[in-house]
Amino acid sequence: MTRHVVVVGAGPAGLAAADAALGAGARVTLVDEAEQPGGQYHRMLPEAYAAARPERLHHGWRAFDARRRRVLAHPRCVWWSETAVWALERPDPAEPGPPRVHVLRGPSDGGGRDRHVLHPDALVLAVGAHDRVLPFPGWELPGVFTAGAAQALAKGERVVVGDQVVVAGSGPFLLPVAASLIEAGSRVREVLEASTPATLARGWGRRPWELAAQAGKAAELAEYSALLARHRVPYRTGRTVIEARGDGCVEEVVTARLRADWSVVQGSERTVAVDAVCVSHGFSPQLELPLAAGCALRATPAGEFVEVDGDQRTTCPDVYAAGEITGIAGAPAARVEGALAGWLAAGGDRNTVAVRRLRSSRDQGRAFAARLARAHPIGAGWSGWLRPETVVCRCEETDYATVCRAATDESTSAPRAAKLATRAGLGPCQARMCGPTVAEIGARLRGPGVDSRDIAGLPAPGDDDHTIAGLPPASEHRRPIARPIRLGDLAATPETTATTPETTATSPSNSLTEESSS
Amino acid sequence: MSPRRIPAATDAVERRETPLTITVDGEPVDGIEGQSIAGVLLASGRRAWRTGRSGAPRGVFCGIGACFDCLVTVGPERDVRACRRRARDGDEVRTQARGEER
Repeated sequence: MTRHVVVVGAGPAGLAAADAALGAGARVTLVDEAEQPGGQYHRMLPEAYAAARPERLHHGWRAFDARRRRVLAHPRCVWWSETAVWALERPDPAEPGPPRVHVLRGPSDGGGRDRHVLHPDALVLAVGAHDRVLPFPGWELPGVFTAGAAQALAKGERVVVGDQVVVAGSGPFLLPVAASLIEAGSRVREVLEASTPATLARGWGRRPWELAAQAGKAAELAEYSALLARHRVPYRTGRTVIEARGDGCVEEVVTARLRADWSVVQGSERTVAVDAVCVSHGFSPQLELPLAAGCALRATPAGEFVEVDGDQRTTCPDVYAAGEITGIAGAPAARVEGALAGWLAAGGDRNTVAVRRLRSSRDQGRAFAARLARAHPIGAGWSGWLRPETVVCRCEETDYATVCRAATDESTSAPRAAKLATRAGLGPCQARMCGPTVAEIGARLRGPGVDSRDIAGLPAPGDDDHTIAGLPPASEHRRPIARPIRLGDLAATPETTATTPETTATSPSNSLTEESSS
Repeated sequence: MSPRRIPAATDAVERRETPLTITVDGEPVDGIEGQSIAGVLLASGRRAWRTGRSGAPRGVFCGIGACFDCLVTVGPERDVRACRRRARDGDEVRTQARGEER
């Protein structure tokens, strides 16, 4: 019988997964919230723009375009654009198999979207990541954007966020963002990499042969560096934005020199007039769906990612993961992981030469991810930028002093209690922005000896303090409702897209409001 | 100066522009087909259109649907992420204030 593989996310990893699964003979349903495939990396212009030269904004356009056309035109592929997966429903323990996939089809956050339930034989999660931004005084001012926002607007809509822009944070992603801004006509005043030259050298300098495996990435970065040099944009290391100021919107930023631990060198502050600032301190993988499926996570110095084996299999039967949710390594690595995941999810032969080659390429991608993490670690001294009144949770405007108070008071230091006491993480974004920050501040203030799993709110062995009977362990990524859904749509009867003899739709066993997540 | 759209005439991607008009709190705002509501608002020079709990102004932050800072009401639907929703000609957009939420 032909296997049905559902691929969630149509970025580099998901598109490669769909392509490989089709190649292995499966039926594929590819779903993505965007109107077109490509994800954030190949964010495409709207069709209404009828762009004659879209390739001018993309690296590797030709290969992407060919793959996109091949996948979408394939007779065994169903492409569901503007489709949000809002819940994964785990099967009854007596009925093995991957989770059922609950989706809504229609314009984002709209009412009256169509509800469907997919019953895959295998599920590939390739949902990606979003910018992680550390708080600093004034980061909530309009005109402060994540680097991803600036990139999405310039590449996806041809809107530029400002004329005088500072790009700051950490990681190679700052370079394409600066390049996009320059291409779109902004004046980029400077690009500030917080990592110091010594940290960068330690991370990137060791084992240079590993870089050769990611030659495409290296060439791309060299191209951005040349563009910066041509436009006389300074690229400074060991310096960052520690404050944004302005009356109603950003008018200037304060930058400062940093030590290796990202503590500020007093007296090194400089003020730069800007009308926009773009920041990114790495990426947060979008872990709602992997957690909903029941996948185990793996803690790394760069944060938590989905645990996968050599075949991209998660700890859940028939659930595979690929791309940034398994580790931040960029588009080439994501494509390889996707291809492996898609092929194996479709039941493809595990022992062909092509699969062996993919595995070895995937291992090179993982080595690259490890170097990336080593070269751009978040220094523990960053909280020195904060003042007691600095907003930490943007939605609830919870300030730093409140978060610290909750973490140091025994009655409110457990993750769930801290959330209720401070409201941090309870607003519309449901901790997507502040979660990692609040967890890190909490873990630090609770003192040494705290198990790393505590940072994620997971119980340490033999420690049931944080687990309340009947509730799954608290985690900043555990959102029973993975995407916002209107109550009217929830009440509507789903159309079951049956792929197994079963045709009865069942309600998800998860609780029904996003606000209840913990 | 402020955020703006690259004029089609000088855009390296050689694109077309089909104008559209939405209203924001009753006031007409021009954009083009294909833009998100956030893109239309930004390109019209607006950087903030929502207020947080304290009344402080907010606009686009993450641009990809993660932060919920850009929420607007579109027609009868409140809490729509402006960065994720494609603008349609004639959309009636109203700004939101977090402090007024129930």
